Amino acid sequence: MGQLTMSSEEERKPVGQQKPMESAANRKKSEVKPAKLGREVQARLGQQLRAMYDDVVNQGVPDRFADLVNRLDGSNKDKH
Amino acid sequence: MDESVRKSVLAAVPSLRAFAISLCGNVDRADDLVQETMVRALANIDSFQPGTNMSAWLFTILRNHFRSEYRKRRREVEDSDGHYADSLKQQPEQHGQVEFTEFRKALAQLPSDQREALILVGASGFSYEEAANICGCAVGTIKSRVNRARTRLAELLAIDGVNDFGPDEQTRAVLAGGE
Repeated sequence: MGQLTMSSEEERKPVGQQKPMESAANRKKSEVKPAKLGREVQARLGQQLRAMYDDVVNQGVPDRFADLVNRLDGSNKDKH
Repeated sequence: MDESVRKSVLAAVPSLRAFAISLCGNVDRADDLVQETMVRALANIDSFQPGTNMSAWLFTILRNHFRSEYRKRRREVEDSDGHYADSLKQQPEQHGQVEFTEFRKALAQLPSDQREALILVGASGFSYEEAANICGCAVGTIKSRVNRARTRLAELLAIDGVNDFGPDEQTRAVLAGGE
């Protein structure tokens, strides 16, 4: 009987040891976090960069430039 | 002018403007830069090799022209804050403009070689090889410039934009715990 109790306590020991293991895992996770944040920041930078750029791209071709090409094209035709 | 050439030149204009604004940080000056680029390009259209990338060719002309002409006004151009504030006032009100203001300010603080590399690869969609051709340098140089630009930009925005790029939850917990 006593032996049974002993063994069940022994069995419990490894279960109790899971706590330090968990906290070790947590520690590992938190150590990894800055690198993960770095990637998130990189992704956000990329998004913002493209959003800023596309904001201009989406304005299309201002008349000024269409007119310019027409004018330059016209003067070319006159020459030839 | 060949119709296909004419079309491909016009098709490149929106992206050229975005690149030019990123380079010089001023819409009016950027549009002048694009105009001068197009005049030069069309005057030398015979030197464009059909079948190659028209956009990359125009970007190269714009970039070289910016380097030679606008460098003379460098001090004025890189007088960042006041200049940027002025240029942004000229832009139409659009959602997200405030966000871009912060971003553009940070971008303006990068060395110009890093800025152009980051824009070409990260926004214009050129490959490292194409960007290297446009900038007239080695592929490895472009890669290292892009990396340095990203790192610096992240640092700058972490300082300036606490809400967007600020402390993560862990840091906040530590800060809160200190109270």
